[in-house]
Amino acid sequence: MTSIQSVELRVAVVTFPGSNCDHDCYRAAKEVLGAGSLADEGAAPGAALRPDRKGETGLAGAGEAHRAAVRSNGRGETYFVWHRERDLRDPDVVILPGGFSYGDYLRPGAIARFSPIMDAVRRFADDGGLVLGTCNGFQVLCEAGLLPGALVRNASLRFVSRWVRLRVENAATPFTTAYREGQVLRLPIAHGGGNYVADEATLDRLEADGRIVFRYCDADGRVTDAANPNGSMRGIAGIVNEAGNVLGLMPHPERAVEALLGSTDGVGVFESMRAHVLAGLAAAADAGREARATEPAGRP
Amino acid sequence: MNRYVVEVRITPREGLLDPEGKAVYNALRSLEFGEVQDVRVGRLVRVVLNASTPEEARTRADAMCRQLLANPVTEDYEIDLDTIS
Repeated sequence: MTSIQSVELRVAVVTFPGSNCDHDCYRAAKEVLGAGSLADEGAAPGAALRPDRKGETGLAGAGEAHRAAVRSNGRGETYFVWHRERDLRDPDVVILPGGFSYGDYLRPGAIARFSPIMDAVRRFADDGGLVLGTCNGFQVLCEAGLLPGALVRNASLRFVSRWVRLRVENAATPFTTAYREGQVLRLPIAHGGGNYVADEATLDRLEADGRIVFRYCDADGRVTDAANPNGSMRGIAGIVNEAGNVLGLMPHPERAVEALLGSTDGVGVFESMRAHVLAGLAAAADAGREARATEPAGRP
Repeated sequence: MNRYVVEVRITPREGLLDPEGKAVYNALRSLEFGEVQDVRVGRLVRVVLNASTPEEARTRADAMCRQLLANPVTEDYEIDLDTIS
């Protein structure tokens, strides 16, 4: 019988034309969620990290290469899903990465929202699946209406690329159980349009429901205007949807998962998702056992 | 079927901070255009479309704005319509 600890996750990283953090997300998911190990990829290190982008089916082809390269103990796998695909291939977690989908034309995320794969992402989210959108992924989620509000140009009108501090406002979401409430994280940001806006009623509701997950803060955890890198209302850096299974944030947890990169504070987001999925699988297994136990033992 | 040209003017919603407009305002003032009182920077989208009537063209353009061209959370829009003869 498979022990729950050894179950690996299936993680789908969606690539839009113009995504540029999809490989960071892939690597973070693979290393931290244990959905296949990078060390297992064999003789050509990094080969699977450089999918062939030629043509519309390029990434689907690369997916085949991943499957061949990754020795996992079952269904676990981290894989790219090209935006033109319509099937997410039964993931536990979907990641919408950062970047500049469609060149940010019209508004960041405005056109990516209509990519064929987004129907599947919406269904997955409606069914309670975990969806993580970082940076441009957050913008796409807002444009798609999966999260409320919108992200507009930074108040400074400048592209801001630097480290920021975030305060964990809610450590009870599927994305933050590895943290404690009030914990201060150090994560990088890199965006020109991360200024979160929503009407007052929406902001009040987010606040009352504990759906503001991260706020920009200083090193001591104080939320101040000086610590706010983009002008976001109420210092908001990340929010979840009403059901709590969709998180969007402007900072990049996937770029802070290795000490070599300057911080490992992003690991908790991935660990939390992993714990949430495994708990769900364990609960489902228990329910299955219970159902079998209460079945009539057979006719005499 | 007639051909229409629809011009959609999209501007940051009133009351929302418009950093781009503010920057242009400051630049104009520093060029000594002291009469400038307010600047808002938006976007112009020109769509050529076929429709039976001007009303239909306008209705379709409005649907385009709501679904894609403008973000109702942050932007207002106005539609101008012309017939192409």
